[in-house]
Amino acid sequence: MTAEPLPEHPDFLWRNPEPRTSYDVVIVGAGGHGLATAYYLAKNHGITKVAVLEKGWLAGGNMARNTTIIRSNYLWDESAAIYEHALKLWEGLPAELDYDFLFSQRGVLNLAHTLQDVREGVRRVNANRLNGVDAEWLEPDEVAEVCPILNVSPRTRYPVLGGTFQPRAGIAKHDHVAWALARRADELGVDLIQGCEVTGFLKDGDRVVGVETSRGRILTGRVGLAAAGHSGVLARLAGFRLPVQSHPLQALVSELHEPVHPTVVMSNHVHVYVSQAHKGELVMGAGVDAYNGYGQRGSFHVIERQMAAAVELFPVFARAHVLRTWGGIVDVTPDASPIVGSTPVENLYVNCGWGTGGFKATPAAGWTFAHTIATGEPHPLNAPFALDRFTTGALIDEHGAAAVAH
Amino acid sequence: MLLITCPWCGPRDETEYHYGGQAHVPYPQNPAELSDAEWAEYVFYRDNPKGPFAERWVHSTGCRRWFNVLRDTATYEVLASYRPDEPRPGGNR
Repeated sequence: MTAEPLPEHPDFLWRNPEPRTSYDVVIVGAGGHGLATAYYLAKNHGITKVAVLEKGWLAGGNMARNTTIIRSNYLWDESAAIYEHALKLWEGLPAELDYDFLFSQRGVLNLAHTLQDVREGVRRVNANRLNGVDAEWLEPDEVAEVCPILNVSPRTRYPVLGGTFQPRAGIAKHDHVAWALARRADELGVDLIQGCEVTGFLKDGDRVVGVETSRGRILTGRVGLAAAGHSGVLARLAGFRLPVQSHPLQALVSELHEPVHPTVVMSNHVHVYVSQAHKGELVMGAGVDAYNGYGQRGSFHVIERQMAAAVELFPVFARAHVLRTWGGIVDVTPDASPIVGSTPVENLYVNCGWGTGGFKATPAAGWTFAHTIATGEPHPLNAPFALDRFTTGALIDEHGAAAVAH
Repeated sequence: MLLITCPWCGPRDETEYHYGGQAHVPYPQNPAELSDAEWAEYVFYRDNPKGPFAERWVHSTGCRRWFNVLRDTATYEVLASYRPDEPRPGGNR
């Protein structure tokens, strides 16, 4: 077996235009969500006088710092609906964008190591099926068939008692996803402007009318924030608060190996998640560091625990070397669900709070956020994820239920 | 790895502690009079600054006491640690 070669890039991906003095819509943040929002604003709503402003370089934040896992096996109806919409879009996007970003539906296993894990997993499988999401409960011998390198011996510290499996889940090449969306958005007329930090918001009363940036003032009718870990900072600049806390989330990759790992394995209990990238690196993630931080790095002991768990589950990894570690900054909400919708500032919309799960949601976040910005109204899929749920109490509590700890 | 100074035990590795979020969040003085929006503020909304942040830590594997730390969330520099009955160094709550 040999690793798949990466596809060639098109020569031309996007222009690097100077910012104009005004746009119909300004999106803050040229990560996956910002790019997808711009793409769907143009494609679904015909709004092309759009700028996507990025303080660093395109897709250099969390889009470049995640573990690329795509799945929709969420517990609650609202979550299953939006993540399953994303998964269906993922299934069509490589053809639609005419760009092979190596979307690989190799399945995701979520392991159970305790009786309570088993009960939670079976419940989630049933909930998934009721929502039209593909899901199976696997006994330990079936888990070993899906992933033969996984240690399902009963003599480990936390034996594998079974697992949920979503066959349609998988991974994609994250950078290529961003470039694919950027190229199409650019072709449709969207200005992607890198090295352009938003430093303030221009308001007329309670209504936003523009942004101040490191490259000058830009007037606009509507603003969409899609800045992940920095959403709280931007909200403060705009004069309101968000119920988000920014945390470092670390991941790492090994050196390259022959293909050994056929699926994605996640374990909430011992807390590691592992897949093998197309080139051959073992990609591993863990939970967030407990403290607030914006430093794009985290604590060593989190890596140590995640590696210990990985080696116990995959004895074959024991001699693999770590090649690279990195951290992203995720914005975590009290109910571990995103916030997509309007804010106390008129014409200023926010897409944030995706916590550790933003990458998989990229197309649906863009789809629904574009709808909200274009129409001023929530899309049925993002209506439950409004900011006012923290006042009404209609929370969508995916803590624990989301098949990963935050 | 953060090196955090417990006011009672001295400097210890981050692994000896657990995090408790923002410090100096007072319980509402008149809970019965709070609106839903004010309750939401108290229960769900916390500051999330990029820069100095006063936060709570508990020395779980040491003296098991809570205390406050002033830490820069951009650089991770621990600027000060102090007892819960002491004010935030440098003011600003």
